[in-house]
Amino acid sequence: MKAKITITPKKAVLDPQGKAVLNALEHLGYDGVGDVRVGKYLELDVASDSPEFRRTLDEACHRFLSNPVIEDYHVEFE
Amino acid sequence: MRFSVLQFPGANSDQDCLHAVRVLGHEARYLWHKESEIGGTDAVLVPGGFSYGDYLRAGAIARFSPIMQALVRFANEGGLVLGICNGFQILCEAGLLPGALIRNRELHFRCEHVFLKIANPETPFTRVAPDSGVIRVPIAHGEGCYFADQETLSRLTESRRILWQYCDQEGTPSEDANPNGSVQNIAGVCNEKGNVAGLMPHPERACEPVIGSAEGASVLESMIQTLSERGQH
Repeated sequence: MKAKITITPKKAVLDPQGKAVLNALEHLGYDGVGDVRVGKYLELDVASDSPEFRRTLDEACHRFLSNPVIEDYHVEFE
Repeated sequence: MRFSVLQFPGANSDQDCLHAVRVLGHEARYLWHKESEIGGTDAVLVPGGFSYGDYLRAGAIARFSPIMQALVRFANEGGLVLGICNGFQILCEAGLLPGALIRNRELHFRCEHVFLKIANPETPFTRVAPDSGVIRVPIAHGEGCYFADQETLSRLTESRRILWQYCDQEGTPSEDANPNGSVQNIAGVCNEKGNVAGLMPHPERACEPVIGSAEGASVLESMIQTLSERGQH
């Protein structure tokens, strides 16, 4: 089983990478894109998606995998 | 005074820190990241570089190394701690300092000399500031854009915990003088107790005229003066 973690910069945080990608998309003629945010994606092999493990992973995301000052995270199990 | 310089795999200004302290006539030694005690030390420098390759986020892995647990205890007991560049990022990640450092606004790695305004000259890190209130020191970073939410910024401003701001030669923190997009031109801050500070520029690389500037020495000299007054030798 996999835990898929997506980490993105918070709305209030400047994302210069996202801006650069948006500019490049516009240059290449790909219209219709309003905003781009560049984040990180982590895929973890995990043994379970029990409520207990979800809590543990949530703690790891909050304490280590993301920085809550500048980033939001989202976890999905598959 | 006896300084300890933390050493993480991937650090690169550890030698500069050691050298700068010795140039100023004081003792310095390295402290390996796997150590679990700070030991007999008057002040700790957390140097710049790319600890653990800056993997995940700058400072994110270094903050969990054994020596960092000891550093938190040292700081809580009032010990003087200065984080430089990557060291600043590590102290923010460790929660010893507020805010975070993100990618430079223009995405470029900036390596040049900048001017810093001493925004509060009454701290253990800035008290030996020159009369002009401005020092010229080098920067070398790709992720030095300081960010903190509005509430944190108001708190920092009210308690005068913004210690250094990027400025022009006259000391005005203008937009043009901001090399990385830091909010309010912030180059460095300190904690609530005032014994832990961090900054992105490298004062330790500006302690001798022969290497372009000796104005960074005032930061270390401020720490040394504070320690002498505390009666530490």
